[in-house]
Amino acid sequence: MDLDLANTLYREMLLIRRFEEKCVEMYSKEKIRGFLHLYIGEEAVAVGVMHALNSEDAVFATYREHGHALARGVHPNPIMAELYGKEQGCSRGRGGSMHLFDAKTHFYGGIAIVTGGLPMAIGMALSDKMMKRNRVTVCFFGEGAVAEGEFHESLNLAALWHLPILFVCENNLYAMGTALEFTQSETNISLKAASYRITSTQIDGMNVTQVAESAQETVRQIRAGNGPVFLECLTYRFRAHSMYDAELYRQKSEVEEWKQKDPLVRLHQDWPTINIAQHEKEIAQIIDDAVEFAENGTLESVDDLEKFIYSSEVAP
Amino acid sequence: MNSTLTYREAVRHAIVEAMEKDQTVFLMGEDVGHYGGGYAVSMGLLEQFGSERIIDTPLSESAFTGAGIGAALGGMRPIVEIMTVNFSLLALDQIMNNTANLLHMSGGQFNVPLVIRMATGGGKQLGAQHSHSLEGWYAHIPGLKILTPYSVQDAHDMLVLALADPDPVLIFEHVLLYNKKGTLNTDTPPLAIGKAKIERTGKDITLITYGVNVLKALEAAQILSLEGIDVEVIDLRSLRPLDDKTIMASVSKTHRVLIVDEGWKSGSISAEIMARINEQAFFELDAPMRRVCTAEVPIPYASHLEQAALPQTETIVAMARTLMEES
Repeated sequence: MDLDLANTLYREMLLIRRFEEKCVEMYSKEKIRGFLHLYIGEEAVAVGVMHALNSEDAVFATYREHGHALARGVHPNPIMAELYGKEQGCSRGRGGSMHLFDAKTHFYGGIAIVTGGLPMAIGMALSDKMMKRNRVTVCFFGEGAVAEGEFHESLNLAALWHLPILFVCENNLYAMGTALEFTQSETNISLKAASYRITSTQIDGMNVTQVAESAQETVRQIRAGNGPVFLECLTYRFRAHSMYDAELYRQKSEVEEWKQKDPLVRLHQDWPTINIAQHEKEIAQIIDDAVEFAENGTLESVDDLEKFIYSSEVAP
Repeated sequence: MNSTLTYREAVRHAIVEAMEKDQTVFLMGEDVGHYGGGYAVSMGLLEQFGSERIIDTPLSESAFTGAGIGAALGGMRPIVEIMTVNFSLLALDQIMNNTANLLHMSGGQFNVPLVIRMATGGGKQLGAQHSHSLEGWYAHIPGLKILTPYSVQDAHDMLVLALADPDPVLIFEHVLLYNKKGTLNTDTPPLAIGKAKIERTGKDITLITYGVNVLKALEAAQILSLEGIDVEVIDLRSLRPLDDKTIMASVSKTHRVLIVDEGWKSGSISAEIMARINEQAFFELDAPMRRVCTAEVPIPYASHLEQAALPQTETIVAMARTLMEES
């Protein structure tokens, strides 16, 4: 870790923070509709993990994936356009907030059924193994996924087939509005992964330095052919589950307590010479540009409604 | 080249051909390797291709079906075998939410060239959790293609077609067909996905069906021909897409329609076909359309009850006679 890297990570986290704040603003202006799940507070996880990947690696994420898409390098313009439902969006306006996709960066969504992405990530890693590609597949999911059968089926396959896959569990303590302690007999999730004989660690997901360093080492291990790894990142979402959430299930004091661990503040404390003003200025411009791009985007013709069901209907 | 073999052998033949030709093709599912396949389709393939390409999976329908999607996205051509249609319900999240939706949801970026084969249908006294016919149900879903091979030729050809298709294809193999013998010609190109086949031409009734019921329909047509009733039998082959053109052309010729479907009547593919004929060829009809479907019960174990629940040659014949008596 050096100042350059600290600046890079700070900037990427700040981009997610400011981008999503703008999303909230545009949601209240009814430019964005549907579900909007914010990642604010959890930025260190996506930013730290993505930093360890190279451009060929594959990423699967969830419905709370704006941050992952941005950290992966999907351009903010098509992301904002997607939220606006415009055809310049990264899923042509067919997906929306929960279904961001980008072939160029191997970003496979945007899978909004909890745990639904894990089996697909297994298959991607299996294809890498079969085709002898030295590539890592990373799969993000929340701690709520742990209760689903697909989680256990997938971890078993990953270990059984010795696949090059990194599981990143973003444990933000609440599956929508139900606390982990109300849903799991064993609340240490990394222990569950370990029971499948997967190398498993619990780390501080509010500390981007720790996430980045753990991910770096972990990805190196996976690339060396040592099989799957599981990272449980302890984190917290500062905002509501979605825009429709009155947050009756947690105390304001708890939220305030976690805000003291804000990953941006934390990194700045470690690296006081990070040039925040400069980053803020540049990011404000990027976000203005994204909004302008989305505003100027066009709506797909209704004549094309039934396109993209089969490959024969996909425009070249 | 023509050869005589069973339906099971024809499917296996297609798998072997594909795996020899294309290193990216592989088979995975429960008991496909060491056991040789729940219905013995993959017998001997583990020895021939090894455990890296004939993959025995745990009993994890959702995970290995989803793994099929991921592998397809990663450039492989997986064939996922689900032992029986009822088990596929454990993989419904992957089949519906991911496989069928992905191309659309990603704005055309990610097609899923995945083939899923499964056994379907009743008649073997396997009770209510191993005997249903849910292919019509799957045909409801945009993004999927639903194939129902009846002949030995199609048992082979449909797998060839499915593996050449850029999108997800589900193949439903009726359990009563696996031992059926027929001729396989590997010289002529397969009849495309979405094309129905007229198995018997006739002028009095259009009998529309698929899968094992083509067999019963042909038997019924033979009996009815002795009574002077000339039945045209259409094997749909594909439930999604449906070959409206062939159906409407036949209806315009015979003016009478009988549909035989091993699914239940309510919300079924037979209902869909009736609706389409109503929309596209209503004024061609000389009588109300009729259908023979499975009784609206879970399939019972006792043989006499199971047989009574399923469409039979006799019930098809009786319904055809009724249809001819109506003006």
